Amino acid sequence: MLVNQFLMLGAVLFCIGVYGVIARRNAVLVLMSIELILNSVNINLLAFALRNGSADGHTFALYVIAVAAAEVGVGLAMVLLVYRNRKSIALDDLAEMKG
Amino acid sequence: MMLAADVLVAQNIGFGVIAVIMVVGALRVVTTSNIVHAALWLVTVLAGAAAQYVLLAAEFVAVTQVLVYIGAVMVLFLFGTMLTRARIGAEKDVNNKNWFMGVPIAVLLLATMLLALNDGFGDEKLPADPDTLVNTQMISDQIFGPYLLPFWALSFVLLAAVIGAIVLARRD
Amino acid sequence: MLSASTEAAEAVFTSGWFLDHVWIVPIIPAVAFALIIFFGKRLPMKGSELGIISMLATLAMSAAAAYQWIDRVEAVDKEVFVPPVIKAWTWWSSDGFSFGIGQHIDGLALIVLCVVAFISTLVQIYSVEYLHGDRRYTHFFASLTLFSAGMMNMVIAENMLQLILGWEIMGLCSFMLIGHWWEDGANSRAALKAFFTTRTGDIGLLVGTSVLFFAANEWTQKTLGISSFTIRGLSAWALSGEPSSTAITVGAVALFIACIGKSGQFPLHTWLPDAMAGPTPVSSLLHSSTMVVAGVFLVARLYPVFFEGMNILGTNVNFIVVIGGITIVIAAALAFVQNDIKKVLAYSTVSQLGYMMMGLGAGAWLPAVFHIFTHAFFKACLFLGAGSISHSASHHSFDMKKDMGGLRKYMPITFMTWIVSTLALCGVFPFSGFFSKDEIIDNVGHNGYNLFMIVGLVGAFLTAAYMTRATYLTFFGTSRGASAGEHHDDAHGSHDSHATHDAHAHDTHGHDDHASHGESQGPRESGKLITVPLIILAVLAIGSGFLNATPFGEKWEKLKVWVEPRAEVVDATSVALVAHGGPGEVRALPAAEESEDGHHSSPCGSETPKDGVCVAPQLNHAKFKWSKAAMSLIIVFAGILISWFLSMQLYERKNKALVGLTQRNKLLGAGYNLLANKYYLDALYENVIVKAIAYPISRGAYWINQKVLDGAVNGAGIVARVSAGWVYRNIDQRVVDGAVNSSGAAAQGAGSALRPVQSGKVNQYGALLFGAAAIGALVLVIINT
Repeated sequence: MLVNQFLMLGAVLFCIGVYGVIARRNAVLVLMSIELILNSVNINLLAFALRNGSADGHTFALYVIAVAAAEVGVGLAMVLLVYRNRKSIALDDLAEMKG
Repeated sequence: MMLAADVLVAQNIGFGVIAVIMVVGALRVVTTSNIVHAALWLVTVLAGAAAQYVLLAAEFVAVTQVLVYIGAVMVLFLFGTMLTRARIGAEKDVNNKNWFMGVPIAVLLLATMLLALNDGFGDEKLPADPDTLVNTQMISDQIFGPYLLPFWALSFVLLAAVIGAIVLARRD
Repeated sequence: MLSASTEAAEAVFTSGWFLDHVWIVPIIPAVAFALIIFFGKRLPMKGSELGIISMLATLAMSAAAAYQWIDRVEAVDKEVFVPPVIKAWTWWSSDGFSFGIGQHIDGLALIVLCVVAFISTLVQIYSVEYLHGDRRYTHFFASLTLFSAGMMNMVIAENMLQLILGWEIMGLCSFMLIGHWWEDGANSRAALKAFFTTRTGDIGLLVGTSVLFFAANEWTQKTLGISSFTIRGLSAWALSGEPSSTAITVGAVALFIACIGKSGQFPLHTWLPDAMAGPTPVSSLLHSSTMVVAGVFLVARLYPVFFEGMNILGTNVNFIVVIGGITIVIAAALAFVQNDIKKVLAYSTVSQLGYMMMGLGAGAWLPAVFHIFTHAFFKACLFLGAGSISHSASHHSFDMKKDMGGLRKYMPITFMTWIVSTLALCGVFPFSGFFSKDEIIDNVGHNGYNLFMIVGLVGAFLTAAYMTRATYLTFFGTSRGASAGEHHDDAHGSHDSHATHDAHAHDTHGHDDHASHGESQGPRESGKLITVPLIILAVLAIGSGFLNATPFGEKWEKLKVWVEPRAEVVDATSVALVAHGGPGEVRALPAAEESEDGHHSSPCGSETPKDGVCVAPQLNHAKFKWSKAAMSLIIVFAGILISWFLSMQLYERKNKALVGLTQRNKLLGAGYNLLANKYYLDALYENVIVKAIAYPISRGAYWINQKVLDGAVNGAGIVARVSAGWVYRNIDQRVVDGAVNSSGAAAQGAGSALRPVQSGKVNQYGALLFGAAAIGALVLVIINT
């Protein structure tokens, strides 16, 4: 197996995730796209861990999974709150940070 | 020698099949107009990622991926979808008005990364030597050794997330 | 001399149980805090008794420890390094980094510890009556107790991390206590402002600690065998001649930024006057006598770092002394235009903190620490006095012009304690402020900072004048408003929304449910729980000065012996050591040097110590001269008399030549507006900086934008839109300081140019972010291939 096949898979997933973040309007779908990005990062970490024969990549992959879980929890709580307040989770309605 | 080569071939085929499923799944996640379908496609991507981790000799991370992502995070997503009363079935307006902006950016990013990866790693092979493989004990030694501080920080992040989620979502 | 040092080499320093166990002191209030939170509401006094008992216990323990420290210091020769009493435990360690927790007890820690315990005790007793019937009475005492735990933890901290822990606990408690009556919008805004402003400074604390840790760790591990988070390690490193000047300067500047935030120095002082929205006991404890000196304490604690990093004594100007000097004058000037008595005191506090900083910056370490000590008593007394007035005489109003005047007849005890503390603040002989403030000014001049000596004298003049004005408006002249028995509900708007002080309410309309309490119409003296703390503080406002009364000769300079660390070269092990040699015995091996003329001088701070380390720089003290003191006394009396005369003319006789002068004379009017708008700093922070970057209300920003397009002339004026009662309305284009004006316009211009980008849409931000990243990555790839 080549190093590159995993890294390129990661790159493809990452870019699909980026597209999702930019294109999606629904907040839940944006969060899903972020999950894609995080997973592609994990694939890269583990590929490099195997290449270098070190456990660092594994450790950080685990940390990334934990952070992702926290992020989803808080993110969905925010989505819920927004929904409760405005009956919509469309992100372009949330333009209050407009300068 | 033949045996090793056979295994590698099998692994390569496995990688290819799973990778295709993942890419298709990921594309469906970002294109489908049905939120529940998107969540289910995401499950296939995450499961595929877990399989790739096994191929990368990272069983522990793969198991964690299944437990945390497919077990917990997906349930959260489905709950979130349900509680925000998304219609079951297709929805219009799931995309931005400017959604097409994403295509050139993603393609540009992809091109850059593929170029860089090709340039950097070429056809370097992953080591197939079982002696260098990482086992779970090594991971735990890492976590509770040099990476204890990030582990602590992470614990606080999770605690803060738990509290934050409760505070944000409770009704009063 | 030689025999003395040989003898000293074998000196065994006495210690004692209390001195060895100071680390228990912060634990007591911490436990009390938990008990109050969980059981407070079920107790007969709603938890206040737990707070007071814990404070009395800490007071007793710190006083006993101080006593044993004095024994330890006085047992040895004056030129012998007295090692601090250090205990350290490993809190946790990870990959070679170990984080300790423990105590670092020396004169500085003990003097501040005693002050904190003492003032906390008095303020808690005072609060029992002042907050009687408050709906969050128990939580109030819980927060006060937690604050004391945090401050004490910071004061005894053995290392920087423990110090940061205490520092942050104090910040949190300050936030909770300022916002104690959060139902009123102004209070919660003030709490947020205090929190964010100090947090801005706290970035410096983290940066500074990290920079110093990485710069020093190798040296401290090699030489002392301890981590460079430790205070003694950092001090020894700073004076070792080892550190690169960049690292130590960056570290010192970063730490000082944290001190600017916490101690309300220019330009981050704006939070402190607003913090007076909290209950008066909070202002007295946190925002005048203890928490705000944390920044000064940090500078004093890590003095070697600042000494080397800022090149104190090396040049005639440095960052600390400049900031301190500016703060003294601008804050004192602001105190003149305040009508709220607590705001006058708040600006006075800012100004006095400026004195302490200036003293530290100019090498007057001991006078600055001494000023922390004396200032705590008289300023706490002044604040509690202001609280007493509002509690019993002015119907919870703090407005001097509307609701006070002529109160000396009704409140004799409050009046007397106020006068004593005011004289102490002004620095009149023989009140305590004279000894400390005059010594700062004297030493600043002595160390060659002549310009800043003049600044100090100007500050003394201004201090005397604004305090005279406040005293006149409060206690003399005719009674006005609430103090004359009138009622107007708007005067106490901030307290109106809850039933806090209404047990003493003496109005009959609008508060029907409390009409039964309205037995006494008009002002009267407060109850015993309020006056007794006032009297105790007033006595100390006189007495505390004599602990270091330089005018009476060396015999009286007790604090110099007890508190000032001796700048001696000592054996490295005796600095690193953690109470070796059995319980209560610490060995130090001084290698003191003497110059030929018999005058003792130490190389610490001026040259690289040989065969040992220093933990304190050698400082020198100005010799007290009555001629110099007489000059500052004359200045103070001039301030009092001029201000008294003007106050009489303005507020009582309504002299036509003076009243309304600011409206008639353009120059004076401009000056007044500048002061009344607090130099437009708030407007700058609130409206220009915050809004141009991230103010999250699109309507407000849009509104500004429209107005900018409409009339560029009015632009800068409109920026100062009132966002709350305490942001002032009437900005006039003519008086806007040129610098503020142009920076505001620049920020606005940049803001409106970038406005389309700030659409507020997450997706668009994402697109910009990833697009920029892609382009950046592409550029890198192309360059590298």
